[in-house]
Amino acid sequence: MTIPTKQLGGLLGLCWLLLAGCGDQPWNSPYPASDQDANIHYSSFEERPKHLDPARSYSSNEVVFLGQIYEPPLQYHYLKRPYELIPRSAEAVPEPVYLDAEGKALPADAPADAVAYSEYRIRIKPGIRYEPHPAFARDAAGDHVYHDLDARALEGRHSLQDFSRTGTRELVAADFVYQIKRLAHPGLHSPILGLMSEYIVGLADYAATLGRAWNELKQEAGDSDGLYLDLRDHPLAGAEVIDRYTYRIRIQGRYPQLVYWLAMPFFAPVPWEVDYFFSQPGMKARNLTLDWYPVGTGPYRLTVNNPNLEMVLERNPHFRGETYPTEGEPGDREAGLLDDAGRSIPFINKAVFKLEKEQIPYWNKFLQGYYDSSGISSDSYDQAIKVGEGGEVGLTEQMRDKGISLQTAVATSIFYMGFNMLDPVVGGDSESARKLRRAIAIAMDYEEFVAIFLNGRGVPAQGPIPPGIFGHRDGEAGINPHVYDWVDGRPQRKSIEEARRLLAEAGYPGGRDAETGSPLVLNFDTTGGGPDDKARMDWLRKQFDKLDIQLVIRATDYNRFQDKMRNGTAQIFQWGWNADYPDPENFLFLLYGENSKAEKNGENAANYRSAEFDRLFERMKNMDNGPRRQAIIDEMLAIARRDGPWLWGFYPKSFGLHHAWLKNNKPNLMARNTLKYKRIDTDLRKRLRREWNAPVVWPLALVAGVLVVAVVPAWIGYRRRMHMRGRRD
Amino acid sequence: MLAYILRRVLYALPILIGVNLITFALFFVVNTPDDMARMHLGMKRVTPEAIERWKDEHGYNMPLLYNAESGGLDSLTETIFFEKSVKLFAFQFGQSDSGRDIGHDIRQRMWPSLLIALPTLLLGLVVYLSFALLLAFFRGSYIDIGGVVLCIILMSISALFYIIGGQYLVGKMLHLVPISGFDTGWQALKFTILPVLIGVVAAIGSNGRFYRAIFLEELGRDYVRTARAKGTSEPRLMFRHVLKNAMIPVLTNIVVILPLLFMGSLIMESFFGIPGLGSYTIDAIQNQDFAIVRSMVFLGSVLYILGLLLTDISYTLVDPRIRLS
Repeated sequence: MTIPTKQLGGLLGLCWLLLAGCGDQPWNSPYPASDQDANIHYSSFEERPKHLDPARSYSSNEVVFLGQIYEPPLQYHYLKRPYELIPRSAEAVPEPVYLDAEGKALPADAPADAVAYSEYRIRIKPGIRYEPHPAFARDAAGDHVYHDLDARALEGRHSLQDFSRTGTRELVAADFVYQIKRLAHPGLHSPILGLMSEYIVGLADYAATLGRAWNELKQEAGDSDGLYLDLRDHPLAGAEVIDRYTYRIRIQGRYPQLVYWLAMPFFAPVPWEVDYFFSQPGMKARNLTLDWYPVGTGPYRLTVNNPNLEMVLERNPHFRGETYPTEGEPGDREAGLLDDAGRSIPFINKAVFKLEKEQIPYWNKFLQGYYDSSGISSDSYDQAIKVGEGGEVGLTEQMRDKGISLQTAVATSIFYMGFNMLDPVVGGDSESARKLRRAIAIAMDYEEFVAIFLNGRGVPAQGPIPPGIFGHRDGEAGINPHVYDWVDGRPQRKSIEEARRLLAEAGYPGGRDAETGSPLVLNFDTTGGGPDDKARMDWLRKQFDKLDIQLVIRATDYNRFQDKMRNGTAQIFQWGWNADYPDPENFLFLLYGENSKAEKNGENAANYRSAEFDRLFERMKNMDNGPRRQAIIDEMLAIARRDGPWLWGFYPKSFGLHHAWLKNNKPNLMARNTLKYKRIDTDLRKRLRREWNAPVVWPLALVAGVLVVAVVPAWIGYRRRMHMRGRRD
Repeated sequence: MLAYILRRVLYALPILIGVNLITFALFFVVNTPDDMARMHLGMKRVTPEAIERWKDEHGYNMPLLYNAESGGLDSLTETIFFEKSVKLFAFQFGQSDSGRDIGHDIRQRMWPSLLIALPTLLLGLVVYLSFALLLAFFRGSYIDIGGVVLCIILMSISALFYIIGGQYLVGKMLHLVPISGFDTGWQALKFTILPVLIGVVAAIGSNGRFYRAIFLEELGRDYVRTARAKGTSEPRLMFRHVLKNAMIPVLTNIVVILPLLFMGSLIMESFFGIPGLGSYTIDAIQNQDFAIVRSMVFLGSVLYILGLLLTDISYTLVDPRIRLS
């Protein structure tokens, strides 16, 4: 058989094309050959960010991008611990000025009930400029080029690249005020509007005013497409411009946590021109929104937003410039974290985030050097981590041979098991209910849970405040004395006999109701319940079996589970919380009675309410960190541990792996703008990638050989059959 | 034929309404508009007012199927079902619940799905037909028995194993192609090799056996014996007569799956990071985006009906005895 010349040419052309695409880089490289020497950071994302509008975004997978693009007034120091706020676009961390009801200034140590308002005056650095954007483009007459677009002008435009002209302008204080007003915009549904309305003066009324104005606009136009609600026409008493570079936020009473919010994208500047640009008719229908195309002053700008494939951040040509920190905590210098001290940042030109939905291909590509960093899934844990005899974790030989480094940190998060305090059996503040909860808390062996299900990646919790947050105490002073004893310099869980004794005192000797003799049956409400969860559920039942308590797993879908939690009909449940900011208030408010989920739709999922705890919380939340605050927190923790609305669960530990070419890695669980500190040794990466990914072609020859061997008998059989037929005929 | 096509199109209307109704019912049995609002607004600090505003803005503040407060026809039209379904029949998919233009997304995402599915179909067809013809040619011999055993082994392996095994062997061990990923333009080619290869190999077992059975049935027919008696060579007999006469079941098998090519492969796209319509649908289900789910189910139904119609038409092309009436 001959192959026609035309087809052969096509085949060769295709091969050439594929090889040309590879260039001199490994065949299995998922990146263009032209990028192999480029200063690009490669990472991934698992699911599409839902929101990139700074007024709406509230998820950790979104802030990975927003943190590099938007510049709120403050940021966390990259190296120092405990976490410390430093200026970002602001000139300094603002100090509040306390005012009484008449507006007279009060001393800094004025009692909280005397403070009617707190005023934060924020001065921003002059000369900061926005990234290039069509919203700023002006013509020779000084008019905005793209501020008067109609449907015809938008034809064929589906991305920002379709607008040929761009411009920029200086960042001004009014942009920060504009964004604070946007939190109340009725079309944006900002998740922090409710919270901020309690603090920012006039914000609740402002939201109502905007709501009315928005409805009027909609009624006039008949549709919300193409409507622009000019927030500059609506003043807000709690956020005002003082001068070109200064603005003021006025807060009801004291709210020291405001400064932490000032480090989040919610308080980043948004220029009105951009808001106006995206509000034009037809923009939304073409997927052109601020929720999709963020516009900031940060070190990077989003140049490709194709979350079905990749998201690309590139250096913002107008970035104001910043330098790498010159100080850190002890050990940072020795770890090489201060080698770049004082150098201009960012170091990396471009960051490519690829969509990776599955762990296995992601992990394999990390090992091939195509991702610079990786977490560790349970599938790859044994391949990456070796646990020593003393329980210490280290890298396996395979990882060390590749020069991979491991970094661990206890997350500022908690996963706990809660009791619904409204439940007649496990809830309430009676002594017997307390003893029942305490007995269960002793029986639930979280040390075992962490060892079995988390491969040791967690720390059993002694209370709601994780390590690294003010208020957390290490050592004997920090243990939960109702569940642990301090033995030989470490916490030791009380014996199961003690738990049984407590259970009997609670009225359930041997796991049976002392009055009726019926077995104690408790319900665990959870989502899922599929084969993947079976081992955990079995383990959970086993813990309750220790006390002869029957545990019924009430598995349901996520929506119904949420309904149960909101209605307060769950009995025992698992829940988690990830810190918004490194302040004890952000954890202790999860137990504050006024935040009850069933009664107030708040974040207190256990519906715990203790007058004593609440009173202390109200005092503690507005205090500055110090011995007085610590003493109150200790008191609060003692109450919470005594009442036991939660089994305190565990604080997860994050494990991160980094290739040798990625420099300046230090886990910072509060800062999300860390890309600018990272540096890549591109030569080393290129060399190692080639070394690790040399194509192995002999199996192809083997397969071809096997095919030939298989074809030969077929060919012989064919010939024989042809021959036989010829003879018969 | 035109009357036949018109009749089939009219038959399709109640089917589409039914599919739409079932999708609607199934979706809202599991998710309420409040659940959808919470999913889109996020998990933290969501207020009841924000939920009400979201529902109002996205048109989920009406009754689901029947509006008791309205009278006459309005009681049916002023409902979520009517509002969200009627425009589908004009192929206006509108915006997703997260504010994206669904039509634009579909147009963008069908190409990666097609880029994987079409070569898999074409290459697969060549491989499966050749393999089945070979087995049929050597029927009863050791080659045939060995081929059938191989088919059964290949059929017994899970599709997931082919994907993970293929990625491990070809991408990780041999370093021949990227393990996963996708790109635009010509760069996309190197990402298609492995999924296409896996797609073809994974279906050799089932398709090989299916086509072999068809060819064996044809080989037992009278016209084959007649052709042999007239001295037709065996290769000519296989390719010119048997293959041609076996085209009706072959076409049925192919044309019916043609529309599904647009819809993408759920597992394959997920493991290879291919931004096709399969992953689009899965993401929408996970994110409780009803607008996308109903659009994709509607589109799938339309394409399936179209596929069946094309199958009928294709019969007339391969067999002149068949007339559509």
